[in-house]
Amino acid sequence: MNQQRPNGNAIEIESLVKVYKGAVRALDGIDLVVPAGSVFGLLGPNGAGKTTAVKIASTLSFPTSGTIRVAGIDVVAHPRQVREAIGVVGQVSGVDVNLNGRENLRLQGLIRSIHGRELKQRVNELLEQFGLADSAKRVARNYSGGMQRRLDIATALVHRPQVLFLDEPTTGLDPEVRTEMWQEIERLTHEEGLTILLTTHYLEEADRLAAKLAILDRGKVVATGSPEELKQELEGDTIHVELREDAPDGTIRVALENVKGIRRLDHDVRCLRARVEHGATAIPLVLQALESKGLAVDSVSVSRPSLDDVYMRYTGREFARADEEGARQQSPAGEEKR
Amino acid sequence: MKELLSHSLTMTDRDLRRLARQPWWIVVTLVQPVIWLLLFGPLFKGIANIPGFHAHSYIQFLTPGVVIMTAFFSGGWNGMATIDDLNRGVVDRLLVSPLRRSAFFIGHVLQTSVSIIIQAAIIVVLAYAMGAHFANGALGLLVLFTAAVLLGGSLNAVSNGLALIFRREETLIATLNVFMLPLTFLSSAFMQQNLIPHWMQVGARFNPLNWAVQASRSAISSGTDWGSVGTHLGLLAGLLVVCMAFATRTIHTYQSSV
Repeated sequence: MNQQRPNGNAIEIESLVKVYKGAVRALDGIDLVVPAGSVFGLLGPNGAGKTTAVKIASTLSFPTSGTIRVAGIDVVAHPRQVREAIGVVGQVSGVDVNLNGRENLRLQGLIRSIHGRELKQRVNELLEQFGLADSAKRVARNYSGGMQRRLDIATALVHRPQVLFLDEPTTGLDPEVRTEMWQEIERLTHEEGLTILLTTHYLEEADRLAAKLAILDRGKVVATGSPEELKQELEGDTIHVELREDAPDGTIRVALENVKGIRRLDHDVRCLRARVEHGATAIPLVLQALESKGLAVDSVSVSRPSLDDVYMRYTGREFARADEEGARQQSPAGEEKR
Repeated sequence: MKELLSHSLTMTDRDLRRLARQPWWIVVTLVQPVIWLLLFGPLFKGIANIPGFHAHSYIQFLTPGVVIMTAFFSGGWNGMATIDDLNRGVVDRLLVSPLRRSAFFIGHVLQTSVSIIIQAAIIVVLAYAMGAHFANGALGLLVLFTAAVLLGGSLNAVSNGLALIFRREETLIATLNVFMLPLTFLSSAFMQQNLIPHWMQVGARFNPLNWAVQASRSAISSGTDWGSVGTHLGLLAGLLVVCMAFATRTIHTYQSSV
């Protein structure tokens, strides 16, 4: 079932644009190639356009322009064939809470023309695999959040799809459950050779799960590569300094103007973050420079580049801040729900 | 065709399981018709004495009206469940599966038909106990049930289609109220057609609810005009087809807006 196109790409997106009524440009010409058999992460803050991209690639929504092929099939010309090849776990769970676990799985199987013994066997297999065998007869309304998510993923796998879309699969889950979910996702790619397109606004999640990722910001892909590649492009370290008091306008920049080895400096009145060649050498110089301008330092730390730094480099914004901003601009109901 | 049937029955099965887990819902929807029978029946008992009123008793006259109205509202409010499905992501999950689009609506219509038949049967038994007579035996009741199912099914399809367009409970409730209530009273459900004001008689002629009331009342009364029954049932069947076509189109509207 998991056969792929000769070129080995599970998803190919070219110049995808999506403009919503009211002229909201959710996607502004994105290009993406997702190789088969691995987890591809679509990382971006709230409102970046991740969910829109998934909705279009999974045939739910229509593109304004651009070409999208999933499992080698054009999603606009042949949505039905694409639907046979994909499984989708949306941001809002697709579990029917009025049905029990087994009924939810059976429903998905029947829609995909799997019947009788074959269906029964597959349903049992999935219940077992996702630790739901004991709760198969309980109505999904009474499942915990983690169980509902597991059932959600299981229902997307009944027909053994080639490509699985996971739209923010761990949003709203407890940290413990999140870790469990990560293990499950890793297992799916390693053991079943599934291609997974995962969207997330957790840097840590993208870092851990994605073999390759694309960073999406305001409807554009700003960077692609493996998490390692992206981080290595940023040579050196990051120094974070927190001041004891707010600094007067401009003083931070003036203070650090002549410090050698600072490649990039971002700051507000209280915190600063400097990209440097070598953290250990730069720290004393930075501290000295700040003290000389009367800026007392509260704490200082040095770190290897993170995806946050990668995001910062390409967008000039801090990820967490962009995420909050994006969340504020959107309806309280959820990301990109219009 | 085989696939369409299989998908439709799968959806019906899903809806019926949901219904079976909330059996109180059938009881809730029966409260209104029972009130009509128990209160309107005695309240307007004297109507049967008006010159030119043909039925033996008002209960006799009112029963088909109550059955049809119950089916009308049963079907009409069905879109609320679809709004719930939309909010829970169930609709999106179904739309990215190879489910035949019309099966989504056929499934709902079949489920509504089952609940309408259960409700109609209960009302008929109750009315019988209160002294209503049913002419033409099983055939009369068959026409009554068919008219109820065709009308309820049509309303069901419209309601589910509107749910996909509006996607909000408030808008759906407001819209349904705007046309369901007037249609109820612009009919001969409570009063014989030739005894209501002329402008209402004209309006009633184009009112599907009235088609269903006329057909079923004629079929369970003596002196049935079978030609008129057939015409009205035909009109109702046509309405169901039109409503299904409308509903199926709303899926595209929905997908264009998400």
